[in-house]
Amino acid sequence: MNQWLIAPAVLPALTASVLVLALRHSLAAQRTVSLGATALLVAIAAGLFWVARAGEPMPYLLGDWPAPFGIVLVVDRLSTTMLLLAAVLALFVLVYAVNGWDARGRHFHALFHFQLLGINGAFLTGDIFNLFVFFEVMLIASYGLMLHGGGARRLKAGFQYVTVNLIGSVVFLFAVGLIYAVTGTLNMADLAVKVPQVQAGDRALLSAGAALLLGVFVLKASLVPLHWWLPIAYAAAPAPAAALFAILTKVGAYSIIRVFGLVLGGEDGGISTLAGSLLVPAAIVTLAVGALGTLASRNLLDLVCFAVVASMGTLLIPLGLFRSDALGGGLYYLLHSTVIAAALFLLVDLVAERRGRLGDALRPGPMRQQPLLAGLFLVAAVALVGMPPLSGFVGKLLILESSRAAGQGAAVWGAILVSSLVLLAAFARSGSLLFWKSPPSERAPAQGAGAVPVLCLAGLLALTVLLSVFAGPVMAELGAVAEQAGDREGYVRAVLGSVSGARSGAS
Amino acid sequence: MTLALIVLIPFLAAPLMPLAARAGRGVCALAAGLATSLSLVLLLADAPAAFAGADHRWSAAWLPQLGLSFSFAVDGLAFFFAFLILAIGVLIVAYARFYLGPADPVGKFYAYLSLFQGSMLGIVLSDNILLLLVFWELTSLSSFLLIGYWNHLPQSRQGARMALIVTGGGGFALIAGMLLLGEIAGSYQLGDILLQGDAIKASPLYLPALVLILLGAFTKSAQFPFHFWLPHAMAAPTPVSAYLHSATMVKAGIFLLARLWPVLAGTDAWFLVVSLTGLATMAMAAWIACFKDDLKALLAFSTVSHLGLVTMLLGIGTPMAAAAGVLHVLNHATFKAALFMSVGIVDHETGTRDLRRLGGLLWLMPVTGSLALIACAAMAGVPPLNGFLSKELMLEAAAGTTYLGLPWLFPLTAVAGAALSVAYTARLAFVAFVLGPRHELPNHPHDPPVGMWAPVAVLVAAAIAVGAWPGLAEGFVAAAARATTGGALTELHLALWHGFTPALAMSLTATVGGLALFWQYGPIEKARAALPRPEAKRMFDAAFDALVRTAERAIAATHTQVLHHHASVAVIAIAAAAGAWFLLAPHAPGDRAALPATVPAVAAWLVLAVVAAALVLRHRDRLQAVILTSVVGLIVSLTFLQFSAPDLALTQVSVEVVTTILMLLALNLLPKETPAETGAGWRGFDAAVAIAVGLGAGGLAYALMTREVATISAYHVAQSKPAGGGTNVVNVILVDFRGFDTFGEIIVLGIAALAIYALLDSALRGAAARRLAAMRPGEESRDAHPLLLVVATRVLLPLAITAGAYIFVRGHNMPGGGFIAGLVVAIALIMQYMASGYAWAAARARFDAHLMIGGGVLIAGLTGAGAWLFGRPFLTSTFGHLRLPLIGEVELASAAAFDLGVFLTVVGTVMLSLATISRVEERAEGPKPPPPHRAPRPRRRAEAEPARSLVPTEGG
Repeated sequence: MNQWLIAPAVLPALTASVLVLALRHSLAAQRTVSLGATALLVAIAAGLFWVARAGEPMPYLLGDWPAPFGIVLVVDRLSTTMLLLAAVLALFVLVYAVNGWDARGRHFHALFHFQLLGINGAFLTGDIFNLFVFFEVMLIASYGLMLHGGGARRLKAGFQYVTVNLIGSVVFLFAVGLIYAVTGTLNMADLAVKVPQVQAGDRALLSAGAALLLGVFVLKASLVPLHWWLPIAYAAAPAPAAALFAILTKVGAYSIIRVFGLVLGGEDGGISTLAGSLLVPAAIVTLAVGALGTLASRNLLDLVCFAVVASMGTLLIPLGLFRSDALGGGLYYLLHSTVIAAALFLLVDLVAERRGRLGDALRPGPMRQQPLLAGLFLVAAVALVGMPPLSGFVGKLLILESSRAAGQGAAVWGAILVSSLVLLAAFARSGSLLFWKSPPSERAPAQGAGAVPVLCLAGLLALTVLLSVFAGPVMAELGAVAEQAGDREGYVRAVLGSVSGARSGAS
Repeated sequence: MTLALIVLIPFLAAPLMPLAARAGRGVCALAAGLATSLSLVLLLADAPAAFAGADHRWSAAWLPQLGLSFSFAVDGLAFFFAFLILAIGVLIVAYARFYLGPADPVGKFYAYLSLFQGSMLGIVLSDNILLLLVFWELTSLSSFLLIGYWNHLPQSRQGARMALIVTGGGGFALIAGMLLLGEIAGSYQLGDILLQGDAIKASPLYLPALVLILLGAFTKSAQFPFHFWLPHAMAAPTPVSAYLHSATMVKAGIFLLARLWPVLAGTDAWFLVVSLTGLATMAMAAWIACFKDDLKALLAFSTVSHLGLVTMLLGIGTPMAAAAGVLHVLNHATFKAALFMSVGIVDHETGTRDLRRLGGLLWLMPVTGSLALIACAAMAGVPPLNGFLSKELMLEAAAGTTYLGLPWLFPLTAVAGAALSVAYTARLAFVAFVLGPRHELPNHPHDPPVGMWAPVAVLVAAAIAVGAWPGLAEGFVAAAARATTGGALTELHLALWHGFTPALAMSLTATVGGLALFWQYGPIEKARAALPRPEAKRMFDAAFDALVRTAERAIAATHTQVLHHHASVAVIAIAAAAGAWFLLAPHAPGDRAALPATVPAVAAWLVLAVVAAALVLRHRDRLQAVILTSVVGLIVSLTFLQFSAPDLALTQVSVEVVTTILMLLALNLLPKETPAETGAGWRGFDAAVAIAVGLGAGGLAYALMTREVATISAYHVAQSKPAGGGTNVVNVILVDFRGFDTFGEIIVLGIAALAIYALLDSALRGAAARRLAAMRPGEESRDAHPLLLVVATRVLLPLAITAGAYIFVRGHNMPGGGFIAGLVVAIALIMQYMASGYAWAAARARFDAHLMIGGGVLIAGLTGAGAWLFGRPFLTSTFGHLRLPLIGEVELASAAAFDLGVFLTVVGTVMLSLATISRVEERAEGPKPPPPHRAPRPRRRAEAEPARSLVPTEGG
């Protein structure tokens, strides 16, 4: 069995434990190990992505127990795409963080790698309860990262964040309990087989369980009306943490693809259709709320938070259609929105740092000018709003196209295009205010952390440029990813058809 | 490939401009000029093909899945526009070199200009309508940068933003329109689409597509009611205005109408909307232009008016009218660019553009003045200049147009528009250049350097040439017109003299009327001042502000940062979804027989209910809340015991003990009461929600308990001993079947402890630390460290650790295991801290709790990874038997090593949490007198660290 399949989970776990065990007194050593491990993670994720291109999903039977009795990880094109995205994002964020943010509190690096463990585990697992466990790892690590550096605001926001998400955890347990009670299994592939066989009298319980599960995923993905935590939490989180959190909402989105598109979408697709009928309207409202929020924001960070909410709305539209042609475009938008959200959080940090006491408030004031930063803001805003030629535009075109093919044209088009205009207005206003209306001033803070943080931001934005330039090849990949993600038989065959290591009593 | 290069060169040149600017302003301008000329040469090389109507295209894939490709094609129309863009571009580059002041960063200017130029070329040369969209929005963006170039001026910033929002917003509509158009035509390739005119016009999607595309075109070309952004874009430096508003930006909308003319024009909808919009825009803007005193504002409204004229011609729908429109695009570009540049020179030389302050400039700056006057004549349509040609054709087309049965509407309005055009041109020409008196001007004006007026001269020469010898431009315009009309135009003959036609009469009327208006300007201006004048910018600003205020109110009202609100909404939403989905699917009650209600069970149930109710009533008293919660936990433990789950019961009990102690410790520093956050009304609502959710959860639990489904756990029971090596199924599940879950969960515990540590570590610094230090010590027990407790706990410690070890070892076969053992040992250690004080216990702790957490996770992880050595997956266990003296046969499983990791992590987590909370307590307690029952021991105190010395160290 290919032991590399589990490496994205084991590597961060061991890295974090070594950081806690041996390196907690030396920040320099922590940085070295942390960066090295993250770079290695990128390489591993890229390798797995390459391997997964070859074809069938690859199960990894933990403890060598045959599926569905043990826990199984499933490495396929979708999970490796997400892993690669997470790893690349993490590397950029980490490089940014080692320029000072990591020294503002304890255990940044350990929490960072535990966070990666949670994320990667959630992408890898093929077991619904194990997914719960990794949601917990993710939640508690993100809580730790959110509080990094301390302060009353973070504490208050963190408390709200963790409370709402613990409600989600309870709901998740209820959901898993219900689904287990009527199907008798936790393995996703096995569930895909068992769900269509659930007796008629049990279907209401299954449905209720599915609804609860959808509630949890949607909470993670911050869809209206379960989005409130996001603008509060992300606005309070340290910049690198917020940037890394860009992938957390995508874990919710990924879970919807995996669980509602594949696992529960069997037979007549009843549950998928039901989920779609909630998701698409909610996503449209989310988009609208996010766009209005950007207009109402009085500081750049809030604006970015609401822009992230809006982007989650946009993302959930194609996912809620549950069609493989829409999913490809949705995944493209997912890559785009993750990278751009992270970039924006770093950007806010860099802007605030250059404005001293004014911070990120949308008020004119002195700012240590840097033409490069203004240019990067422009690129980020263009990408986020979805103006050509950057990835936001390409993603938006793909979503518009697929939603029309799915017969949801009018509402989706109206929502996406009108909210684009609102976002455009909000970003034009804030950009003009920050970079045009604020003259360079001697009074502005002078010292900065050097060029590396700005380069990190530039690097992330370069990714969106690459995504746009190579939109064709990227979409060819993502089309195949989407196709495999919807191939229920292939998934089940790969996971349940696999022979275990013939584990016997004394293996 | 050369086609793509034409577009690409400006984009490649743009980033080089700031670099070139370092070598000097002239170098930068030269570089920009060279790049533009290079594109122009490449374009001219394509001229023969374009004129011959050859199929000259180039394509490369971009996003084939969507039909988006880098496709470029050149035909008569594309060549026509591209030539204008580049030719005038060269002139603008030269002009700007002299126009820009020493304080203006030229690198930035030429970079933006190049971007803009490339985007414009992209629009006209695209052979793919999605690619056209890309360039379309790029012009919005790059014009935003150009208009906002002088970003220290508020009007620049506002003008730029307004232009971006209006034209960018139109671009979003255009996206939708183009997607629909592609859907109808089955292709996004322009070449394919242009062949599908009939299918497109017959499609039910034609009308929505048309409306959306027109929104894009009208916003871009500043057609009523979207015209208002254009005058405010005049805040840009004059070279930008000259470029954007003569040959480029605003002509993009016109280009689009011309480009799609063969497939969209010719229907009633097209005619009714486009021609009327153009007509209205032409007349209205000409009227406004008459009363502008700012020369650039006058030219701006004149531009809007001329754009309306072209739009109207394209809207009329006849090939001849369309050809007239194309001709006017050329003419307008020449004289308008010349006029903008002349006005720029005036502004540059005199320091003002205000007509009320200018006069007689012709005598002060003869070259500029003469050129400007000729350009004015062209604009007014005076023969033999080019403006005359297109004006005649326009009037002729208008004369032949009957709109909704009104034969007079178009001719009359067109004449009025032409008359107004003459009037404002006369005003510009006479007031500024010819007539005195000369007012005191900020600067003493004279003719600028040749570099500045030469571009104007070139344009004026073109205006004269085209007007006097129409044959010169005929081929050029005819090729464009043929491409516009899709070949419907058979012949185009341009001439100054068409004989005595109705158009000539109309033209004469207009000229005379215009001069009369100019003559009577004073009274008319007074009359007009009395009329209400809707100010578009104010309306736009008001609308935008209203939107912002609405958004602010809506967000402020709904996005309170109150946890209670959004947690309620989350719970309600999720519960409602679950309820609805439950009701939508069939449900049958379970058929499993109920267990008899025994007395202990009923008693436990009653206690649970009473305690839960009490908790609801008393939850604001935090101490009671903690205790009542722990009672709930104990009842749950009993329930586990009742249903034969001793492991769970043990775990639950020890977790209860540990969390209760930790919570009590934390409570010590917190207010004893939770403040009431909500009023009675809210509480009633909350109660309703809680009851509904509770009933729902209870109902679901009941439904689960009353049915039986075959589950995978049968396998676990069967395989626990033979394959897992343990008879305690629960433990084998925890450390083996689902060891990965446990691995994750101990990590959750470890992270929690690290997070607590990191959080409180920050709290020990900064503001929170000062608050802690200021905290008044609360009521203290007189006997902080009761002797009896101290002794008892110390005696108990080894026993507890032994018990922990025992529980750990037997775990695989009997109730127990690393998790429970860890909790038991942790409790024993906590007791030491409680009895003897933190400092005493901490001083004797051999291991840092961090070590236990890191080590525990590492041991568990490495145990799991150990299986790799044997080619097995992570966490594959193995077991064997070991005979130990005294103890007997012991089963040793690799899972035990994993369990050791669990054990260590659990102990470490509890200890680290405890230690961290204690550190804070320590800080809060501050210095205090030693407990009365013991005399202080100064020697020890001296030995201890200063921080610790603040805490009683007795008991040792």
